Amino acid sequence: MSAPTDREQQVLDRIDKARRRRAKVREERVTLAHGSGGKATQTLVEAIFLDAFRNPLLEPLEDAATFTAGETRLALTTDSFVVSPLFFPGGDIGDLAVNGTVNDLAVSGARPLYLTAGFILEEGFGIEDLVRIVHSMRDAAERAGVDVVTGDTKVVQRGKADGCYVNTAGVGVLEHSHALGVATAKPGDAVLVSGPIGEHGVTIMLARGELDIDADLESDTAPLNGLVADLLGAVDGVRAMRDATRGGVATILNEVAKAADVAVVVDENAIPVRDEVRGASELLGIDPMYVACEGRMVVVVDGAQADAALAALRAHPLGEGAAKIGRIVDDPPGLVLLNTAFGGTRIVDLLVGDPLPRIC
Amino acid sequence: MRFVDEFRDAEKARALSAKITSLCEPGRQYKFMEVCGGHTHTIYKHGLEDYLPENIQLVHGPGCPVCVIPMGRVDDAIHIARRPDVLMTSFGDMMRVPGSGGNFFDSNAEGTNIRMVYSPLDSLKIARQNPDTQVVFMAIGFETTTPSTAMTVLRAAEEGLENFSVFCNHVTIIPAIKAILDSPDLRLDGFLGPGHVSTVIGCRPYEFIPRDYSRPVVVAGFEPLDILQSIYQLMVQLREGRCEVENQYSRVVPWDGNIVALRAIAQVMELRPYFEWRGLGFISHSAMRVKDSYADFDAERRFAVPGVRVADPKACQCGEVLKGVLKPWECKVFGTACTPETPIGTCMVSPEGACAAYYNFGRFSRQRVREASHSS
Amino acid sequence: MCLGIPGEVIEILEDRPDLARVSVSGVKRAINIGLLTDDPPVPGDWILIHVGFALSKIDEQEAAAALEFLESIGKAYEDELAALQESRID
Repeated sequence: MSAPTDREQQVLDRIDKARRRRAKVREERVTLAHGSGGKATQTLVEAIFLDAFRNPLLEPLEDAATFTAGETRLALTTDSFVVSPLFFPGGDIGDLAVNGTVNDLAVSGARPLYLTAGFILEEGFGIEDLVRIVHSMRDAAERAGVDVVTGDTKVVQRGKADGCYVNTAGVGVLEHSHALGVATAKPGDAVLVSGPIGEHGVTIMLARGELDIDADLESDTAPLNGLVADLLGAVDGVRAMRDATRGGVATILNEVAKAADVAVVVDENAIPVRDEVRGASELLGIDPMYVACEGRMVVVVDGAQADAALAALRAHPLGEGAAKIGRIVDDPPGLVLLNTAFGGTRIVDLLVGDPLPRIC
Repeated sequence: MRFVDEFRDAEKARALSAKITSLCEPGRQYKFMEVCGGHTHTIYKHGLEDYLPENIQLVHGPGCPVCVIPMGRVDDAIHIARRPDVLMTSFGDMMRVPGSGGNFFDSNAEGTNIRMVYSPLDSLKIARQNPDTQVVFMAIGFETTTPSTAMTVLRAAEEGLENFSVFCNHVTIIPAIKAILDSPDLRLDGFLGPGHVSTVIGCRPYEFIPRDYSRPVVVAGFEPLDILQSIYQLMVQLREGRCEVENQYSRVVPWDGNIVALRAIAQVMELRPYFEWRGLGFISHSAMRVKDSYADFDAERRFAVPGVRVADPKACQCGEVLKGVLKPWECKVFGTACTPETPIGTCMVSPEGACAAYYNFGRFSRQRVREASHSS
Repeated sequence: MCLGIPGEVIEILEDRPDLARVSVSGVKRAINIGLLTDDPPVPGDWILIHVGFALSKIDEQEAAAALEFLESIGKAYEDELAALQESRID
């Protein structure tokens, strides 16, 4: 298609400026979209939390804050888990709560050490279910090589919570000299994913039972610290890692493009997606690029080391399905572009809220 | 995926693209309207415009059932949902469509219970499981979706369910196309007909377009090669001086449509004298309501619905965009006051709306994007 | 408008003849086939699914014909490209 006319370009420039304006929450109340990981979440975080707590450690909005205590470089993170249903194929809220925090530490380049666990329980919640959740937390902690060292319990009246919510916080130690962060991505870098995308999110959607769809799918929930350690041991050109949770791979790629002021170019054909995830996504009219994973990460690495990084990932059982999906270029900054399988090009933007099943 | 991947082949697209280009008369501009929002979605999702020569422009039509629901109807739905005994069900698409005081999500934040369903039959299941709750299905859609609602009402009647009703907002495509054709400032060379609507209504209802308005119509499928092939067929018709209805999507669309589906609609519903379309105003005989004989299942009769009428925002130029008179970016509020996060007009509401599609996927110079994506 | 997805009929439910178990890339759901009573689908047939209902049966012959047409255009295009290249060599 043709290049835009001057007038069109003026409009486009005006929009671009408007998009860069400081975020402002327009709603009077919190809506579900604020928790979806998309634009609404970003606005809430920047306009309310970042605005109030602003400090250099928080500012990069990485998965974990990294700082030095005495001689030691540490990473600290926290995450709350409100998944429904609590038990689903491939896992439950317990292993999710451990793996989620372990992964936030791991992708920050830290070796996870200790976790906290906070429980908010609804009056009437089954003790048997609680035991099941806690045991899977114990098993997940053992698998990840961390200990749960302190915790808290609150019980609220029936109807004031949905069974069981779990919060975990974690601390880890940074033992290498890599300066990691999405802002360090440079033109010429390669973008990898550690495995097929969207399995967790689709599994949860189907496990709720409302859609009446059956698929042979399991959550991908897993601790990534072993995979990260192997990767960082194999190559020194890793710029950033992010676990692709809420908002999926598309959201992470947008964070990279925005933070580093670069363009991310992705090849649709190269993105690993399991058939069942694709089938369910087509049926529901959603895009797997926006669907959450709980055991997959996006890696930005020096382009010259992409093959070595890919080999390191693939050598680990959790990275067998790793693939190079794209690269970083300088223009147009702040955008994620997709070369479609059909041979066209389009922009992959942040979603406003959760990907909603659509009929049209 | 069978019947999907075969129709997404880049090699074949290149060949079709060359054919289409070779059919263009030098110096002539071509404007084709894809009536259906699903086509708009395909066009942007696959980057299809990269295959079209500069002088072919696609105009995104009114065929997005979510986009055309006026604010007043959203307000009415929220009014019903506010009753403490009501649980409303809706397709995901409707959840973010703004009424005058917010959308369904905002309404839920204030206490209503509006749940997403995949099928109207799922609402029926919810009604069976919650006999003390009034379950109201927010029914939207063109003729593709109307039979499903009709079948659901028939089933509810069969089961004698007393706590299920539909808030009927089903619209019909032909009057909308006619409204566009009758617009004095229109310049279109042909239409891509809505494939999935046509599985129900067939291809005959479009015959008035070549006959009375001298514009060719090709009923098109939803994979990108379907759309390219349909554009090719339109170009061949123009080149050969023909003007008729053709069916590119014959693997799915029977020429006469689906008689069983049409019968189900006729049994349960009838045309309204008129209905308001967001951006297009009132169009006569353009929507369906539940017939008297199924009045028990009509939410408009079961609950007192205020029948709110909210004028489209003044600044909004959706009507012009829908008719193809303005391009999305030419609207005064496009991209600044009106964005996907805070949509003012119909075209920005659903990801299929012309403006939302342009905003999300097309707002950058295609040339710049293309160069960038192929640089190494 | 109107998302429609092709799926393969796996079985017709015995106790509910208006429902068919349909597979889309290995993902399965019960789909209402009440709109296809004029020509009911059997296992192995492909149908177009919209909001839990089958709207039409997919006509495999028509699909094959469409693909054949696309192939022929592709072939003609390749021949042209080849001819163009040869003429350049001259």
